[in-house]
Amino acid sequence: MARLKTYGFYLLVAVIVLQAVFPFYYAILTSLETGQAIFDINYLPAALDWSNYRSMLSSGVFGRQFLNSAVTASAVVVLSLVLATTAAYALARIRFRGRGLLLLTILSVSMFPQIAVLAGLFELIRAFGLFNSLWALVFSYMIFTLPFTVWVLTTFMRKLPVEIEEAAIMDGASALTIIWRVFLPLMWPAMVTTGLLAFIHAWNEFLFALTFLSTDTQRTVPVAIAMISGRSEFEIPWGNIMAASVVVTLPLVVLVLIFQRKIVSGLTAGAVKG
Amino acid sequence: MDAETMTAPDLSRLARQRKRAAWAFLAPMLIVLAAVAAWPLARTIWFGFTDASLDQLGNAQWVGFQNYLHWFDYGNGQGEWEGVLADPRWWRSVWNTIWFAGLSVSIETVFGLVIALVLHRSFPGRGLVRAAILIPWAIPTIVSAKMWAWMLHDQFGIVNDMLMRVGLIDSAIAWTATPGTAMFAIVAVDVWKTTPFMALLILAALQMVPDDIYEAARMDGVPAFRLFRKVTLPLILPGLLVAVVFRTLDALRVFDLIYVLTPNTDATRSMSIYARENLFDYDKFAYGSAASTLLFFVIALITITFIRVTRMNLERED
Repeated sequence: MARLKTYGFYLLVAVIVLQAVFPFYYAILTSLETGQAIFDINYLPAALDWSNYRSMLSSGVFGRQFLNSAVTASAVVVLSLVLATTAAYALARIRFRGRGLLLLTILSVSMFPQIAVLAGLFELIRAFGLFNSLWALVFSYMIFTLPFTVWVLTTFMRKLPVEIEEAAIMDGASALTIIWRVFLPLMWPAMVTTGLLAFIHAWNEFLFALTFLSTDTQRTVPVAIAMISGRSEFEIPWGNIMAASVVVTLPLVVLVLIFQRKIVSGLTAGAVKG
Repeated sequence: MDAETMTAPDLSRLARQRKRAAWAFLAPMLIVLAAVAAWPLARTIWFGFTDASLDQLGNAQWVGFQNYLHWFDYGNGQGEWEGVLADPRWWRSVWNTIWFAGLSVSIETVFGLVIALVLHRSFPGRGLVRAAILIPWAIPTIVSAKMWAWMLHDQFGIVNDMLMRVGLIDSAIAWTATPGTAMFAIVAVDVWKTTPFMALLILAALQMVPDDIYEAARMDGVPAFRLFRKVTLPLILPGLLVAVVFRTLDALRVFDLIYVLTPNTDATRSMSIYARENLFDYDKFAYGSAASTLLFFVIALITITFIRVTRMNLERED
């Protein structure tokens, strides 16, 4: 009986793992097939044909789009960490009136449906001349990375003992010095976590990138993938789509495998956005 | 010098200084948030009351509630109601969104709970399993939509192949193109993609439950299922509810998945899709803004109701 239970448990574990990784595994299989082979359904690797990857990388546009995604996501991470760290210091370590209300307001922004600000953002971005520029994305992505980053960093900073900055305050150090010298060295675990999550969100974002960019060379990879189409329903280049999908997902899978502990702790500490 | 030797005026001066610094530190973040959230939201609401069109944003004129609801007179004594609130396609998309959110969040909660309970036990390779279930979460929604579009393909899809091999279906089904199955396809992909998030949040709640409670129950020989229902579930309920709320709010604004997997289908059009279609594809900017505004208030209402009902303490003042 006990043995049966153990087998059952491991069967369940196997099912969980299989359903989680199978679609990605199948995308890799398809991406390595071309021509007629794509339409034969196989469960195990049958071909090792890199031509989908080669044609995609040699087209030039895809490399550019990959770079667009990378630059945008990195800029989003840097900007939100800089803005959030100083703000979190004020929210976590300095007592002032309206602090609780302010935190609540910031948190409520993360519940904003992106579509509700789309029309207004569109106007703003056009007014600033940022339409079809990656800066439009860096700017607009703050709506989901900032509240989350501020929230997590504030929670983290609150847990640090008062003593660590007392000496610095008494020595007359400025608040900026305190953040830089005292807090930053202690904050890096929380910053890595929030930075990773901000990066992943920015890397995956679709609605703003679809709306605020209009030319092929400016697009980020998710939009580019959504736009790949054939002349008819029967000419959709599935091999290319899957190759692009694998390439855009691979960095994330690597990040997840290396930093899974950090990501899990960030997701559950903030629990603000999936 | 240390705190004891400081005089009272010194300390209050210090406190004032720190308050000033606090606002200086908060200002950049608050300005950015106001610029990306508060201002655009206000403008969207305003556009909803105007006749703005995509290339005439500057000359928008106030038209009151016309985009929401107005009586269109044919001039011969007859007429009809027009506006978002009179559009059956809008109400269809509201229903689609609520149906989608309700169904997928319920399924995710159950699956998430099962996975969380599995991960809560210690077994060799647990770390690897946890990394594996994070993969669907990390994959961009667009990519998962495309991957599943291929797997659910009517002729060459592996899902049809699997189901036919097992004997569950006799002939291939066009999952995403058939109105009757399109929504289920969307729900299935969403469940696949977001269950990991649910599972991890529930797992975090499970790990907060002190072990000695289980020890005591085990000593008393309480059966596992009763232990779960009477002890574990009530203890993880607050965490579970938070996870359900975050997922529900997320599901109510669903866009990417439907946009890619089942474009232009009445059976799956969500509120977000409806709003964006009007904003940018049909050149009815004002009308789309009105729909966006409605969507915002629907979500705000649900959020406020929930916070009231569960008295979630978000401030956590020390």
